Amino acid sequence: MNNPAPESKTKHRLPPVAIVLGALFFLGLMGLMLYGVSRSGKPDRDSLPSALINKPAPAFSLPVLHDPSVHVTDKQLRGAPYLLNVWGSWCPTCRDEHPILTRFAETKRVRVIGYNWKDEPSEALRWLEQLGNPYMVVLADQEGRAALDWGIAAAPETFLVDGSGIVRWKYSGAITQQVMDEQLIPALEKVEAAAGGKHGAPDLGAAR
Amino acid sequence: MLGEIGQVLLILALLAALLQSVLPLVGAQRGIPALTAIARPAAMLQLTTVLAAFVVLTIAFVRQDFSLRYVADNSNTLLPMIYRYSAVWGAHEGSLLMWSLVLALWTAAVAAFSRQLPPEVMARVLAVMGMISVGFLAFLLFTSNPFARLLPAPGEGHDLNPLLQDPGLIIHPPLLYLGYVGFAVPFAFAIAALIDGRIDVRWLRWTRPWTNAAWGFLTIGIALGSWWAYYELGWGGWWFWDPVENASFMPWLVGAALLHSQAATEKRGVFVGWTLLLAIAAFALSLLGTFLVRSGVLTSVHSFAADPSRGLFILIFLGIVVGGSLLLYALRAPGMGGNSNDPRRAFALNSRESLLLANNLLLSCACAMVLLGTLYPLLADALDLGKVSVGPPYFGTLFVLLMAPMIVLLPFGPLSRWQREQSLRTLALLAPWAGLAVVLGIIGWWMAPQGKFKTAMGIASAAWVAGGTGYYLWMRLRKSGRPNAETWGMLIAHFGVAVFLVGALLVEALHVQHEVALAPGKSIDAGGYTLLFEGVDASDGPNYHSDRGHLQVLRGDTPITRLHPEKRMYASGGQPMTEAGIHRTLGGDIYVALGESLGDGSWAVRVQIKPFVRWIWLGAALMALGGFITAVDRRFRRLPEKSK
Repeated sequence: MNNPAPESKTKHRLPPVAIVLGALFFLGLMGLMLYGVSRSGKPDRDSLPSALINKPAPAFSLPVLHDPSVHVTDKQLRGAPYLLNVWGSWCPTCRDEHPILTRFAETKRVRVIGYNWKDEPSEALRWLEQLGNPYMVVLADQEGRAALDWGIAAAPETFLVDGSGIVRWKYSGAITQQVMDEQLIPALEKVEAAAGGKHGAPDLGAAR
Repeated sequence: MLGEIGQVLLILALLAALLQSVLPLVGAQRGIPALTAIARPAAMLQLTTVLAAFVVLTIAFVRQDFSLRYVADNSNTLLPMIYRYSAVWGAHEGSLLMWSLVLALWTAAVAAFSRQLPPEVMARVLAVMGMISVGFLAFLLFTSNPFARLLPAPGEGHDLNPLLQDPGLIIHPPLLYLGYVGFAVPFAFAIAALIDGRIDVRWLRWTRPWTNAAWGFLTIGIALGSWWAYYELGWGGWWFWDPVENASFMPWLVGAALLHSQAATEKRGVFVGWTLLLAIAAFALSLLGTFLVRSGVLTSVHSFAADPSRGLFILIFLGIVVGGSLLLYALRAPGMGGNSNDPRRAFALNSRESLLLANNLLLSCACAMVLLGTLYPLLADALDLGKVSVGPPYFGTLFVLLMAPMIVLLPFGPLSRWQREQSLRTLALLAPWAGLAVVLGIIGWWMAPQGKFKTAMGIASAAWVAGGTGYYLWMRLRKSGRPNAETWGMLIAHFGVAVFLVGALLVEALHVQHEVALAPGKSIDAGGYTLLFEGVDASDGPNYHSDRGHLQVLRGDTPITRLHPEKRMYASGGQPMTEAGIHRTLGGDIYVALGESLGDGSWAVRVQIKPFVRWIWLGAALMALGGFITAVDRRFRRLPEKSK
């Protein structure tokens, strides 16, 4: 055993089928891993497409954070597209996307509605005071009841709803400049094109 | 200053590893003793420098030097001292440094304890280990430097991931790595043998204790992870088929196959090519596991920040190591099996060789099954088949199907003879034990209030394995006196399998779960116990606030214990962490997790009764112990003058 016959070295070969299959398996696995690596940089790679896309936004009536006596309903928001951004003062990632969202809101291209989720109103207000308030109006969903209808699993999450109240785009996780340029803006352009350049938001009363 | 010292030490370590991987190999191939002799000091130098770098990083954590980005990201001034030590390996960079340290430790151990090996074999083995080291140290230095500066230094750091602030998690990664990385030793031996183009069974004997020890560490590492998930995640589950659990389970399965096939190769000279391939596969799967965890390719509780450049680096390294090894194997291995027509190596259908082959095939199939299930979501995504998740229904069903024949065959293995056909001898010997297992299974069926089939299977399979193994021990003691360490190790590990079967199947069959809203003063009955909820108060830890529940556990009217499930909010933010309150006994756990406050003074509480759940980890501990006992068998440390 410790001295194999020299001829055995030349006689034995792996069958070509085994070599080809082995090589194919190995290369296939490496290819798959390479694909995995290439997509690992995308933060939303595992997010499921929202069941709400191209469906009407869920009906809601939520108090305004700054004045809980005023309620805003989904019907009042119809007529022009809006961006619904889910956040909470307890959510560190929301802080990350805040400057990008603020810059976008300042362009006034579309209404940006805040959706303060499972938060203490006092802490939410302080958060907005410290970091600035990019939102046209902030809705408060302290219990998280309405969030169930939206399928909100984690903050931040952002929905684009068109003028007729249909959800057109959704993103889970912090919005980066890349997400803004590559996903949100194109989705918004489509919504605007479909609306035929119609503008003008309905009155929101004393909100904000 | 500290950061720069660490940096320089890592560069020195890389140089030592380069030295260790090139010169001894050249020496061994060309027959230059002066060069082969470099292997051992180079290995020691590498250990010294990597260890020093590790110590430097530890000092940086203890002193809270937030000018190091890694320290600032993973600790803060509130972090208790013990977690400052474990924070060293709490995230990507540091855990890679630990990977390198563990590899350096194994390398130095090989260098220190293997003086009986011929110098050129030793030189090749250490050179191969050096090459792996080069890969990982380069990975550290070029993409994941733990000593990178963060200037200006912040006054306060973030925090160690609160999930990791737990005693179980302090030792889980080091033990897991000892296992993962330990497979580098049989791997290096296999590669050294393939480079040499011949294999000597005497040297194969030398690798067996290393494989056994590495497998033992891996077993404990996995079991600790499972135990931690059980008490920390609040669900009361102990195995989730999470991609990263699978990543550690695959080398475990192949490692178990390797242990058995090495024994056959060493004793009978059979399965040489198979043993070499399994040795390559075990380490390749360890690397794959490291890749899956570190690259963020798959989503899991373990994934760290995904940076494609890091993933790409390990992938290229993985490709070189595994592709190169398999190529070498394809070229060299077929010539190394010796003469397959040798009558000494022929074996009959129900000989021990056949049973070991069956063991190997079943374990390898189980590993292939886990690999497929783990990568399938990625494959489906690549082929645009939509988002898929593969969960317990797939893994659980197939794993049980593959392991069932394994359990049936297990007691036959030790009892059957090498090489020879035995007709029905072993079957006749084991028939009473099979009968006993069936009877106990039926009793279990009859007594179980629920999950009758699983209870019966759990009791019967455990009785079958324990009975068959015990019978072998008894025969062995009667006939040939005291068994050696190797046999003891095998027996203990097989008993461990029986104990594990009791835990895994009975908890599955008999566990009881109630999710209830409890107001203070209310109680709930579960599994023969009464749990009286006394309320929740707020308490503070060093770096967290917690809501601490109090429950009194009664059996009838006698108080048994008090449980304190907690919900912690760490000062650094993030999701709340659950700390389950558990009453632990060998017969079963009472497991209470605190949910949300329901507003009216009552709380959502999850109460679970988990019969025999401890046996799962006890079984794993016995398996690991078996591996360690086998590893210290004296026979492996002597190299006989001549093989056979």
